[in-house]
Amino acid sequence: MNYFKQDVASLHADLVAKKISAKELTQATFDNIKATDPKIDAFLTLNEDAALKQADAIDAQGIAADQPLAGIPVALKDNLVTKGLKTTAASKILENFNPVYDATAVSKLANAQMVTVGKTNLDEFAMGGSTENSAFKTSKNAWDQTKVPGGSSGGSAAAVASGQVPVALGSDTGGSIRQPAAFNGIVGIKPTYGRVSRWGLIAFGSSLDQIGPMTRSVKDNATILSAIAGHDDHDLTSSTQAVPDFAAELNDATSVKGLRIGLPKEFLAEGVDDGVKSAILAAADTYRKLGATVDEVSLPHNKYGVAAYYIIGSSEASSNLQRFDGIRYGYRADDVKNLEDVYVKSRSEGFGEEVKRRIMLGTFSLSAGFYDAYFLKAAKVRTVIINDFKAVLKDHDFIMGPVAPTTAFGIGDEIKDPITMYMNDVLTIPVNLAGLPGLSLPAGFSNNLPVGMQLIGRPFDESTLYKAGYAFEQNTDFHLQLPTLGGQN
Amino acid sequence: MANRINREQVQHVAGLAKLEFTDAELDAFTPQLDDIIGMFETLSEVDTDGVDVTSNVSDQLNVMREDVADNWGQSAALLKNAPDAARGFIKVPAIIDESEDN
Repeated sequence: MNYFKQDVASLHADLVAKKISAKELTQATFDNIKATDPKIDAFLTLNEDAALKQADAIDAQGIAADQPLAGIPVALKDNLVTKGLKTTAASKILENFNPVYDATAVSKLANAQMVTVGKTNLDEFAMGGSTENSAFKTSKNAWDQTKVPGGSSGGSAAAVASGQVPVALGSDTGGSIRQPAAFNGIVGIKPTYGRVSRWGLIAFGSSLDQIGPMTRSVKDNATILSAIAGHDDHDLTSSTQAVPDFAAELNDATSVKGLRIGLPKEFLAEGVDDGVKSAILAAADTYRKLGATVDEVSLPHNKYGVAAYYIIGSSEASSNLQRFDGIRYGYRADDVKNLEDVYVKSRSEGFGEEVKRRIMLGTFSLSAGFYDAYFLKAAKVRTVIINDFKAVLKDHDFIMGPVAPTTAFGIGDEIKDPITMYMNDVLTIPVNLAGLPGLSLPAGFSNNLPVGMQLIGRPFDESTLYKAGYAFEQNTDFHLQLPTLGGQN
Repeated sequence: MANRINREQVQHVAGLAKLEFTDAELDAFTPQLDDIIGMFETLSEVDTDGVDVTSNVSDQLNVMREDVADNWGQSAALLKNAPDAARGFIKVPAIIDESEDN
């Protein structure tokens, strides 16, 4: 069983018609994961016994037509806490951590009777763009196993792209859903800040983090976002805005007619590969043919996003990661003489190199004598970047551009050079700084690797992005092209 | 190397962050952090006179709730995650260095 040919709606139809039972679907999913994961390394933990038990219970109850997600398998990024199911954030410091509650997004999917098949690999604490910062393994790109799957939600992206699961959840602080979705030729959304509760998402940058779905189609993505979104008393930054039935709005392949789209010149500037550029220009032509206007616009401060982000995100991370101190849970160093030793040695032995680098950058940016020059300056530049977006979105329905300047790079190629690695996020980071929704979807190929297109919208206007993504998907076939996984599918 | 941050400052920041580094790690980290801080300094090109700080992009402000305790009844499961526990408490080493305690 793989999910190349079937979306969530068609699996649901088969389940309702009893062409397949939830148990059979779940078992087939594990059989396929076991066959393909030695190549892809998407999963850190499988939830086989509990998942099969849950599927049995669902079958005993029966699946009704108004339970669109019942019995559908889902994979969860391993920085989403899951009650009784090991949650590591791909860090040695949480190697044996068993949460006592479910993240809100997870419990919403469980209430809809989705079946959690396992936890996917990521860069440690979601810090990175390749999964190479995982303490446990490096996941592989579904299209070419010598390439990174992107990150930090690289395990989730590779699992969906290789047909292991139809749906996965990721998290996105500076591009961690959109970039791996682009590198693997699937659909991923970073919702508006506040759209999805962050309760139970292991915190990295609290003013930037959002949870979002990763799927093979726009419609599946819309279905899952509606299921996980909404206000939550456990996260008071979660919005009270009504949550539309996003998927129900997707029925018109020409719905972009008359829309104004902004294409920022900075998004096609220096550093963006020719193959990526030409795919995005072709996508702009597709939208024009469908009756939209595509204007060149400018986000003049876009290039400062990376610097502002690495100050703000690292500062928030250095504060959030203080809780990992070897006392209440997680790794505790052995060779200690006193309590101070427990803190210092547990953290120094438990955290990986990139996490320590971010903690150091954040602590430096917040420290006496440097706070004004770094943290406050970055928080002001954040306002300037937000104003750039506001100006463009005032008279444009959404912004389009690439997700990343390149296609997936080789495993080992960039990991030794932090600044090069950080610059990969230049087109996704500003969207997190501004709290806007960003949709990543397949827009072509360059050197046989997928190119992702990013659509950026007004706050809480995921509807327009999904409609535009759906229209693009209905008029192109990029999302139908499949990785071969060495001929195994 | 522009020397925006030196080895001693890196050690000072590590102390604030409750981290420690070997000499070899300091050798590698110091120039790396210096380069990244150099990248941070490009922000000085942006005119932010009179610009407000953005610390939060949520549309929710000052959400109030009753201050009511909520017992999840999970203390046993929580303690299972503690590296060392006894009789319902988490055990930690002495605050004062035991080797000096004589």
